[in-house]
Amino acid sequence: MSILVNKNTRVICQGITGEQGTFHSKQMVAYGTKMVGGVTPGKGGSDVDGIPVFNTVDEAIRKTGANASVIYVPPPFAADAIMEAVDAGIALVICITEGIPVIDMVKVRRFMDGKPSRLVGPNCPGVITPDECKIGIMPGHIHKKGNVGVVSRSGTLTYEAVDQLTRLGLGQSTCVGIGGDPVNGTNFIDVLELFQKDPDTNAIVMIGEIGGSAEEDAAEFIKKNVTKPVVGHIAGVAAPKGKRMGHAGAIISGGKGTAEEKMEAMSAAGIKVTKSTADIGKTMLQALAKK
Amino acid sequence: MNIHEYQAKSILAKFGVPVPKSKIAFTPDEAEENSKEFLSGEGSVCVVKAQIHAGGRGKAGGVKLAKSRQQVREIASELLGKILVTHQTGPVGKEVKKILIEEGCAIEKEFYMSLVVDRSSHKVALMASREGGVEIEEVAARSPEKILKEFIDPATGLIPFQGRKIAFALGLDKSVINKAVSFMTKLYDAFVASDCAMLEINPLVLTKSGDLIALDAKLSFDDNALFRHKDIEGMRDLDEEDPKEIEASRYSLNYVSLDGSIGCMVNGAGLAMATMDIIQLCGGSPANFLDVGGGATKEQVTAAFKILVSDPRVKTILVNIFGGIMRCDIIAEGIIAAAKEVGLKVPLVVRLQGTNVDKGRELLATSGLNIITAEKMDEAAQKAVNAAKKA
Repeated sequence: MSILVNKNTRVICQGITGEQGTFHSKQMVAYGTKMVGGVTPGKGGSDVDGIPVFNTVDEAIRKTGANASVIYVPPPFAADAIMEAVDAGIALVICITEGIPVIDMVKVRRFMDGKPSRLVGPNCPGVITPDECKIGIMPGHIHKKGNVGVVSRSGTLTYEAVDQLTRLGLGQSTCVGIGGDPVNGTNFIDVLELFQKDPDTNAIVMIGEIGGSAEEDAAEFIKKNVTKPVVGHIAGVAAPKGKRMGHAGAIISGGKGTAEEKMEAMSAAGIKVTKSTADIGKTMLQALAKK
Repeated sequence: MNIHEYQAKSILAKFGVPVPKSKIAFTPDEAEENSKEFLSGEGSVCVVKAQIHAGGRGKAGGVKLAKSRQQVREIASELLGKILVTHQTGPVGKEVKKILIEEGCAIEKEFYMSLVVDRSSHKVALMASREGGVEIEEVAARSPEKILKEFIDPATGLIPFQGRKIAFALGLDKSVINKAVSFMTKLYDAFVASDCAMLEINPLVLTKSGDLIALDAKLSFDDNALFRHKDIEGMRDLDEEDPKEIEASRYSLNYVSLDGSIGCMVNGAGLAMATMDIIQLCGGSPANFLDVGGGATKEQVTAAFKILVSDPRVKTILVNIFGGIMRCDIIAEGIIAAAKEVGLKVPLVVRLQGTNVDKGRELLATSGLNIITAEKMDEAAQKAVNAAKKA
């Protein structure tokens, strides 16, 4: 088992004919992901490396039986693409696009109210269940099948953590990048809940960063609901206040959202917090040995 | 992106938000000339306000009252060219290059009002407080119950009852409730239509004649939305920004200048922050945050290098790249080309990991450049800190 995606997930790519969409669709196919279609308005009827392209998400789902969509549409049109996928009723929408205006995401979240689709991202590396299904831009080869669940707000920092785990022989059940934007779809708590329920996940790595209070909320949730060992890390201890650190969501505003506050909340919830990124793998090994 | 108060007020005025009459001035002559129409009446006053991108101007002496044109000239001469140091500028301060001449008003009461995107509710939040003119952070820390909040549904916009709730809670008289609701509605419209990240009116003033006016206004914008606001992008004041940050933004590099001695170049915002943290853990201090992005080109790597090398505070450069889709050999080629073109005057520590890492490391080893390599992040940070200490 795993969470969100597995070998039976049938994926379409919105924006498949764009440079990013084409490149990553091929990479996903190479990893073994079941890419069943793509969507680019106006290019329906053509194909990308044998993957059929449709004009609308609705048509793509009807003709391919897809249950997940990955979005590489440029920022000005990405909110529209997410809402099209949600309207078509697809179960899982993973938006990779970086740089979507936050007001657009406010509208997207409102549009999603009461609808069954789950959104991961935007501005995220995607979701991977090693050896089964890779949806996104992460390098597949650093992953290894196993029992550690990984959830993170950052891309390359997740690769760093996964690489450490794999080198220590600790494989992953599923790795989920929830993205670095202030308004997004799936949050830490959603993923933690899934990992807690997943019989194949024995432990969890949670990587947060400065800004907002998602990590504090997640810590509160873990205290009450998660019985599996959790290793946590927060990036941005050295970040100054009021400056946006790359990710739109990574900003300490009004003295809130500091790394110290987050690490304190996480430690208080029983999470093993590592100060150094280099210690994430090691700390997980120790946490599992104690179990 | 931040703008000046006078620019913020011009945007708000377009949406019908009441703002005081004002004129911008760059010289004492202009200031005096512009104050004419505000100083015509009996006992009339005007306000001279320094225009810099930082709060706390009043306390730092950047906002002054004038009763005559002569006084306006004197204040203008004093302020223009002055370095203002406020709690938001840092000890270096900011030079005043323009001033706003504004009509005075008779203040009955001051309030605070702002709009931000609230992360947990995924909605725009309207906040208000009776404590106008005070830093909202202070109020939030001291008595958070005094901050009134309404969350706005994007499908409906601000509904009048939400405005009334806030207006009554602010203690406004029933005669100005409708004016207040209209004021808030216009603020919300301005916020959404301009893609603001933050809109703050502090103070919002009730005048003795019963009008509500945005006496000060601070607007910042969502950088991701500037593509659809060319007019706002045109308000960017490069004088207010760090020259290295301006240079970096030309190459779409995420760069933030800091105070330390180790220049960092990293791919990905999270890993870039983590690299700064680990430098600090190893006893050093980062000179910057620099994210070259997931798919950095050779041009971007070269530009990033130039920025780091041009910074006199940088004693060592630390490159930390986790090659995902980007191959390490391509990155190594970029680093070598950049180092050769720009010239290496300080120690360079490179840590490569990920796709094609062996090829990348071999390229670095045979480049003839004096590059210190590392396999792990902590090892790389320690080597960089040691090198910086020796320098």
